[in-house]
Amino acid sequence: MSAFSAIGEEREIDQDEYTPGIEPQPTWCPGCGDFGVLKALKGALPEAGRTPDETLTVTGIGCSGKLNSYFNSYGFHTIHGRALPVARAAKLANPGLEVIAAGGDGDGYGIGGNHFMHTARENHDFTYIVFNNEIFGLTKGQTSPTSPKGHKSKTQPHGSAKEPVRPLSLSLTAGASFVARTAAVNPNQAKELIKEAIEHDGFAHIDFLTQCPTWNKDAKQYVPYIDVNENDDYDFDPTNREEAAEMMRETENALHEGKVLTGKYYVDEDRPSYQQEKQQIGEMPEEPLAERYFDDDYDWERSADMFIDDHK
Amino acid sequence: MTDDELIWRIAGGSGDGIASTSQNFAKALMRSGLDVFTHRHYPSRIRGGHTYTEVRAAPEDVTSRGDGYDFLLALGDSFARNPQEEAYYGTEEIKPLSENLDDLREGGVIVYDSGLIDADEVPNFDQRVEENNWHVFPLDLRGLAREKGREVMRNTAGVGATCAIADIPVEAIEELMEDAMPEKILEPNLEILNEAYDAVLEDYDLSGVEVSCPDGEHEEEQVLVNGSEGIAYGAFDEGCRFIAGYPMTPWTEVFTIMSKVLPDVGGISEQVEDEIAAASLAIGAAHTGVKAMSGSSGGGFALMSEPLGLAEMSETPIVLLEAARAGPSTGMPTKPEQADLEHVLYTSQGDSNRVVFAPADPAEAYDHARRAFEIAYEYQIPTIILYDQKLSGEYRNVPASHFDREPNPDIGQTLTEEQIADAPHEPGGKFQRFRHDPEDGVSPRSVPGQKDGRFLASGNEHNEAGHISEDPDNRVAQVDRRTRKLETIREDLDGNGLNVTYGPEDADYGVLAFGSMVGTVEEAVDRLNDDDESVKALAVGELAPFPEEEVREFIESVDRVMVVEMNASAQFRGLTQKHLGEYGPKLSSLLKYNGNPFEPGEVVEGFHNTVADEEPTDHQTTFVPAGGD
Ligand SMILES: Cc1ncc(C[n+]2csc(CCOP(=O)(O)OP(=O)(O)O)c2C)c(N)n1
Ligand code: SF4
Ligand SMILES: [Mg+2]
Repeated sequence: MSAFSAIGEEREIDQDEYTPGIEPQPTWCPGCGDFGVLKALKGALPEAGRTPDETLTVTGIGCSGKLNSYFNSYGFHTIHGRALPVARAAKLANPGLEVIAAGGDGDGYGIGGNHFMHTARENHDFTYIVFNNEIFGLTKGQTSPTSPKGHKSKTQPHGSAKEPVRPLSLSLTAGASFVARTAAVNPNQAKELIKEAIEHDGFAHIDFLTQCPTWNKDAKQYVPYIDVNENDDYDFDPTNREEAAEMMRETENALHEGKVLTGKYYVDEDRPSYQQEKQQIGEMPEEPLAERYFDDDYDWERSADMFIDDHK
Repeated sequence: MTDDELIWRIAGGSGDGIASTSQNFAKALMRSGLDVFTHRHYPSRIRGGHTYTEVRAAPEDVTSRGDGYDFLLALGDSFARNPQEEAYYGTEEIKPLSENLDDLREGGVIVYDSGLIDADEVPNFDQRVEENNWHVFPLDLRGLAREKGREVMRNTAGVGATCAIADIPVEAIEELMEDAMPEKILEPNLEILNEAYDAVLEDYDLSGVEVSCPDGEHEEEQVLVNGSEGIAYGAFDEGCRFIAGYPMTPWTEVFTIMSKVLPDVGGISEQVEDEIAAASLAIGAAHTGVKAMSGSSGGGFALMSEPLGLAEMSETPIVLLEAARAGPSTGMPTKPEQADLEHVLYTSQGDSNRVVFAPADPAEAYDHARRAFEIAYEYQIPTIILYDQKLSGEYRNVPASHFDREPNPDIGQTLTEEQIADAPHEPGGKFQRFRHDPEDGVSPRSVPGQKDGRFLASGNEHNEAGHISEDPDNRVAQVDRRTRKLETIREDLDGNGLNVTYGPEDADYGVLAFGSMVGTVEEAVDRLNDDDESVKALAVGELAPFPEEEVREFIESVDRVMVVEMNASAQFRGLTQKHLGEYGPKLSSLLKYNGNPFEPGEVVEGFHNTVADEEPTDHQTTFVPAGGD
């Protein structure tokens, strides 16, 4: 019998279950795009059939990192840039969990960029939402890795001399098997994409445009947006890597020209997840490792029986 | 020369199989009933570069390398970069012979591979041989190996010659080879072994040779284990089934062992992109209810600094290893040093909240690893095992029964779903994971996936349900509770035997040491007492929380204390004084930081200096006298 009865529980789930019973109320600024992520996630999880007790949200540090403070599930609010490695291990230790990792653009594409690349290449089976407001929100408006070239801030008074990171292209190249972009102003698309990401078997990366009216005043509210999967002006096949790559590039360029393109850019249903790869080579148990510590009947192996003879 | 021991040194190039040959040799002597100890020396290069391993064997406890050695097997460096040109490096091939002569004792034995080494190239060789009364056996080991098998088997030929000269029954080696070698290479090796053995007996008159291997007998069956294996097996028996890491010498050894064994038992090993990730993965696995570890050496451990703090703040039980090597920065990657003590104790921001162990030998490595997991999971706190390059590769014989213990997969105060149902929840529904009230400081936890166990773990200060909180009363309550855990741990650890005294209880003088220097100090203490000095030692195995009472008692019981450690800034003495400042004037330091561990003789000499309050020494050690009144 599983020690985790919440996992795989089949029942009706009300969206409100994901709202904490009392405190804390979100302290995000009025009009902040982060509210949109919270709402979309609350909508997506019940539709994907996952309950609060089987969901683990792992966040970094930033305004975005507060996501799980305002969310009723298991949560781990880690340190700046390190949500992904914590999430990876949690999923390996108990693959039955619905793991959602989240953080800011600074968190994920800057300080945690190395983890992003490796998590994508390994294709861990969970969802990663990057709150991309093109700014460091929590530390009061410094230039971030996604801020456009020329972006001025107190730490870049002459404007940034750097080309911004291309989140979608980076993700594809690194190996993510699901890549999407959505925007806080587009709650339905956001919810649908998150739901698809959750249901996808492999690393699903969503670059979520979240406006920061406090520090990114001159920037857009990410309206009007265009859904590239719906709009007739755009014709590409998200299962085709080359077409996806081209669409991503166009999308990244367009954003800095004031045009907000969103949608599902890439999906590879065939690529095995990391968990599957590891099981394939005999490096991961079939039964979740986390169960074993609650199993009173498990016969724990001893070094005396396994290794000591070789030392005689 | 000591009558009742053999110190055998096998020297060659890195990549010449020195390690495995010496290990087999040590094991054979162990099986014959002797206590054994190995000491390895190698440069930070894969191939080429001079390396040696010493095997010391005696009927009684051997806890250290010796001062000097008796028997040199110089194989010649087959990976020498410049065999023909002497130009810059000198003739590298001969270095296994030429570079090992300084420490060879009078009357010692030299076997060298005349197939590779031309002794005429070694400056003043004949003269030194004569002066020191060495017995020299030039043998074409390479030729013999080539003739009967393959060139690489010349190590075996050298061992055969060793047996003949040092009076070791060749059967002991044969038996071991049969266990260790695959069929295909076994036959030629056996032949080479015997051929070399016979050749020496036939061609040489050994009557003048006084170097020989003593006899011994063990009361119970022994196993040959090094420090890394001790740690890995201790972790394994505690139910650790998750490891994440990034290679770095010498921590890699434990990582390698665990990566090999875990998949066989349904465990998980992850080699990841860097040490920040490695420690973070350990945290993620532990948070999810699995017993997990990570580790590194100096620089890699520095990268773990922030995740370590996260484990402290979120009260996530993980075990980290720090296999120290000479620093700062990349320092000397293959050389031991004990200069990471303060790093391990204090790295990461805020008041540190961790437990640090320092095992002294392979048996203790096992015990400390078990204790480290027990404490980590019982008290939801990161624990660190601080060891070093010396201990990681040092082999010693340990009674097999030492490992015959029950496994302990217990994950501490982690509730089942039934218990969670009855446990306190906040009005909003979240489980109160971080309650203020537990007297021992430990607030029981739930793990993700359990029904109604939802909470938030955070590196931010948090309230009882885990929500971020900067409320002053809550802050004080949480800090106090986390501090209480350390007090409980201190009580729990008291008297459990991880700090060990050695020598006569009523001794006049004391020596303090920790970690891999302990065995050396023990030998020095024996020698000093044999010389009518009155000395005892205290080996401190728990560095945090510091065992103040035990150390205080020890210091009070003697007139003076010499603190022995391998670093330049006397960190361990500093730690002792931080906790027991009033004894400062009683403490002096003996330091060494040239990359080589102390020899017992250096500690003996250091002691004489302490007693006499004198400084001079011709070794590369530094004596720092007590502060004075
Ligand atoms: C190691 C470390 N460096 C710096 C910080 C300070 N810091 C906190 S959040 C943040 C950046 C926030 O930007 P982003 O990740 O984009 O998140 P946002 O607030 O915009 O959601 C920084 C630099 C920190 N907490 N830790
Ligand atoms: S600073 Fe910007 S990102 Fe942060 S809460 Fe306010 S609006 Fe949102
Ligand atoms: Mg941001």
